[in-house]
Amino acid sequence: MTTTDAPKAAPPPTGKRRIGDVVFAGLARGSGLLILVILAGVAAFLVIQAWPSLLANTSNFLTDQSWEANTRENPSFGVAALAFGTVLAASIALLLATPIAIGIALFIVYYAPRRLAATLGYLVDLLAAIPSVVYGLWGMMVLAPQLVPVYEGMTRYLGWIPLFAGPSSTSGRTLLTAGIVLAVMILPIITAMSRDVFHQVPQGHREAALAMGATRWEMIRLAVLPFGKSGIVGGAMLGLGRALGETMAVAMILSPSLAISFNLLQSGNQTIAAHIALQYPEATGYGVSALIAAGLVLFTITLAVNMGARYVVARGNKESA
Amino acid sequence: MSTRTTQPPAPGSKTGGNKFDLRSGTLPRRFPAALLAGCAVVVAGVLTLFSSFGLILWALMTAVAYAAIIVATSVRVEGGRKAKDRLVTALVYGCFLVAMTPLVSLLYTVVVHGMDRFSPYFLTVSMNGVLPSMDAGGVYHAIVGTLAITGMATLLAVPIGVLTAVYLVEYAQGRIKKVITFFVDVMTGIPSIVAGLFVVALWIILFGPGHTNGAAGALSLTVLMIPVVVRSSEEMLRLVPRDLREASYALGVPKWRTITKVVLPTSAAGLTTGIMLAIARVIGETAPLVLTAGSSAVSINWNLFDGQMMNLPVFIYSQFRMGGAVNYERAWAAALTLVLIVMLLFILARLVGRFFSPKTR
Repeated sequence: MTTTDAPKAAPPPTGKRRIGDVVFAGLARGSGLLILVILAGVAAFLVIQAWPSLLANTSNFLTDQSWEANTRENPSFGVAALAFGTVLAASIALLLATPIAIGIALFIVYYAPRRLAATLGYLVDLLAAIPSVVYGLWGMMVLAPQLVPVYEGMTRYLGWIPLFAGPSSTSGRTLLTAGIVLAVMILPIITAMSRDVFHQVPQGHREAALAMGATRWEMIRLAVLPFGKSGIVGGAMLGLGRALGETMAVAMILSPSLAISFNLLQSGNQTIAAHIALQYPEATGYGVSALIAAGLVLFTITLAVNMGARYVVARGNKESA
Repeated sequence: MSTRTTQPPAPGSKTGGNKFDLRSGTLPRRFPAALLAGCAVVVAGVLTLFSSFGLILWALMTAVAYAAIIVATSVRVEGGRKAKDRLVTALVYGCFLVAMTPLVSLLYTVVVHGMDRFSPYFLTVSMNGVLPSMDAGGVYHAIVGTLAITGMATLLAVPIGVLTAVYLVEYAQGRIKKVITFFVDVMTGIPSIVAGLFVVALWIILFGPGHTNGAAGALSLTVLMIPVVVRSSEEMLRLVPRDLREASYALGVPKWRTITKVVLPTSAAGLTTGIMLAIARVIGETAPLVLTAGSSAVSINWNLFDGQMMNLPVFIYSQFRMGGAVNYERAWAAALTLVLIVMLLFILARLVGRFFSPKTR
């Protein structure tokens, strides 16, 4: 992220500690620590509530594909299919969004007319402001029907690739559609991160390239992209984290099935988050506890991805400093 | 390049030695724009001829035709490097347009479909006593719920978030600062549905299973809102010049008075912008509220601690799930209401940031 350099904390006035100072410092420190407590609470309560169903589970939680958890005894459920669908949908979104996001960031920073650049940036940010439930509505009612003929064409001409094997879905409510909508939703995140690093490219590097007679693209390839690499990777990973946890758009667009399928153009697959949202209202017996266990898996995956992203960005900042 | 310098100039060549003029071989400045317009007209003509004119198809084919022609001409006139540059320029502009397509399509659909049912009646009536398929009812109860839940979440998240930012900027040093900053980043990445599950788990422990109310929803939104408020407030507090703090200390003002009377007022506009953007971010959250605030309330409920509470995002979702024609109309109209509220917050936040922020230089 763009943190402007902190002014060094000024030395506190010496003398006796005033009561107001003590109270205010305590309040500030307290809220800082409260955040740590909340996070610990999130992890702890999820584990506590997931535990009973994991103990009672009669099949392997990590490798089983079925979901028979709504019973009072001997539930049998696993997250294998769900975790697979989650990762697949997020990967599609990432593959589609990253190149476009880099293009948009380059456009806003280096190509767009200076006076328009800020406004165009706001337009991209607007994509992040639209609620996911509205994306879901749009994806299901507008985008999916539009994609049906496209998918038919893809199965006809690209059907030899296993990912695009036919027959394609007649409703368009497939994992690829969900992936496309997720891509739109994570575009602004990746764009914002890339824009930030592109702005930080030292002017000297760029002007040196241009002075050697480089075209604008050569300047970008030689000076901008190597410098911005860590920011782009970090932004992409943050986008991946968002796509992994996105619920509503997937729940509304995908017509799900609990099986591992590589076929992107047929209905099927399901993500963890969407599964929780769809199953929760009908959960009985061990159901809620099992869903919380699934949520714990999602939490772990996104945590790992986000921490990786922060690490990459932090390392990049150190290198360029 | 190197071959050019070794070859003697071809005498009497038709290009008049242009090849060796450093300024030679550039397309006219207006050429790309003219070519683009030309492509657009020709493609439109061809498509109309085959009577298959569609806006997206037209834009797509125009872009492809433009890219192909400009690269081909550029290779002939300007050489390979310039041609590559032209191609990338076309691609980069294309990326931006590709990203704008869903935004325009989405806003257009929401407005067009939403207007069918969007009316003062729709905004001021609840769904109490309305059967799902009846041609009646509105979103008043959902607006009430959204205001109450988001309001409570804001009341909880803003003090915690701003105070944490104050702590990080003014007090914390060394290890604890790194730890809190890191975990705020981690918190930013919590999926919204997990925040919902956290409150579900907490509520089961506190009140037993099956309790849904507005306060639970507000708490889950608080978890999502805190890190956003911390991050934006931190940025704003760091922008306050050090001189201001030191001038205050020099006058013997205690640190806490300096923060409340100098630092916070100076950054007030920025803080407000950040908080409004955070509200805009959580006001559209659906997943945690489906889990915590319930999805079946139909009547107006102002009490956060008693019973299910409908809100706009969940209203859209539950109407969508019912799946009748009237339900879809309601869902679109509620989506229009929600998008209007979010846009309003977004624009207000920008205006506050632009007009009320102090001039730092």
